[in-house]
Amino acid sequence: MAHIPDGILTLPVLVGGAAVAATGVGLALRRIDDRAIPRIAILSAVFFAASLVSIPVGPSSVHLLLAGLMGIILGPGVFPAVLVALILQAVLFGFGGLTTLGVNTVNIALPGALTGLVLGPFIRRASSPLRAGAIAAVGAAFCTFATGGLVALSLWLASSDFTPVARILLLTYLPLAIAEAAVTATVIAFLTRVQPQALLPQNTAPAE
Amino acid sequence: MTIPADLRLRIGLALALPALLTTVHGFAPAFTALVAMLLLHVGSRQPFPWKRLLHLEGFLLLLFVTLPFTMPGTPLLTLGPLTASIEGAWRAATLAAKVSASVLLLAHLFAATDPLHLGNALRALHVPEPLVRLFVTVTRQLGVVRAEFARLQDAMRARAFHPRSNRHTWRSYGNLMGMLLVRALERADRVEEAMRLRGYSGRFPRTALMAPTVADWAVTAALVGATLLLLLWDKA
Repeated sequence: MAHIPDGILTLPVLVGGAAVAATGVGLALRRIDDRAIPRIAILSAVFFAASLVSIPVGPSSVHLLLAGLMGIILGPGVFPAVLVALILQAVLFGFGGLTTLGVNTVNIALPGALTGLVLGPFIRRASSPLRAGAIAAVGAAFCTFATGGLVALSLWLASSDFTPVARILLLTYLPLAIAEAAVTATVIAFLTRVQPQALLPQNTAPAE
Repeated sequence: MTIPADLRLRIGLALALPALLTTVHGFAPAFTALVAMLLLHVGSRQPFPWKRLLHLEGFLLLLFVTLPFTMPGTPLLTLGPLTASIEGAWRAATLAAKVSASVLLLAHLFAATDPLHLGNALRALHVPEPLVRLFVTVTRQLGVVRAEFARLQDAMRARAFHPRSNRHTWRSYGNLMGMLLVRALERADRVEEAMRLRGYSGRFPRTALMAPTVADWAVTAALVGATLLLLLWDKA
């Protein structure tokens, strides 16, 4: 849904996206302990596998991005996790491209990181699993539209010919936002009930 | 051989050629690039990547369909109040050719590549070590996680679950993913402990790669040169 392929954007947009993505990934990696890497990697593999399922919404079907959920669970680790997943998708399945890696990473990971940063504390402190799920649903919907907005922005910056499409692009993200909100709410409610410590981004190794 | 055997050079090409191609404006050069990529594929013995080529993101479809109608220019056909312009149609065709050529190039460069080898090549290209370690671990664990996912989905299907557009479906998928996350976290702890038991100190051992051969450099230079010629033709 948010994979811009090679050949659409202009060089300044590609370079700008790569610079922002490199900053995000760099900042995240500096805060992540060496021993937390397996945790981030395995969770990234889960999100990758989950994004391959096609979920029916109305007459269409969508593949989830789960950026909001990743932001809540991984914290800033969402940047390297998304980057790695996008490299694999480009190489294994041909979704997206390598020159657009930076732009696509920012479009997906930045809203996710913000959601985790802003809503994460409220979700962890929520009085009931249902409430935690409701907050997460709002975050997931915001995240999806923010990604849509960033994709529109990337297209608009690339060429004025794309302006009409960029204007109506957000509408096409409505089915995805519905599915993201519903699934994310359930996952967060489930984790709050079953394993609340899973919602804590652990950038350092688990305590001995 | 039409592509270099060395993975580092292939990664370089996968970045450089689409980056050059993205600046092409004319239809003829873009179409030539597409034909060249098709010829590359015919020359190789790999199966043709139809699925990759026909996979279109929703917004791309929107872009290709609306561009002829939103760009001003000489009218081509009229549908009620809408008029499609020749300029818009050419623009859409050029973009489609560039996107398709890039997709074919990536498919050709990495068709038979083991992602683990890719990790080694990335490290040799001075990609930060933790990032490469993350990439390699995701690649290794992906098979395990997908198998677990498939098992859980089989279990749902055995209980007559059929995905529809309703809250029950979304909630079922949410519970499925939550369960998968819980198991993944436990697995992560086990993997981390197992790695430490085997003396893992935060670095994977890596083997130095051999320098690319002269033939590899020659093929790479030829491909970059051909793309630069295309660019010159486009600007002329």
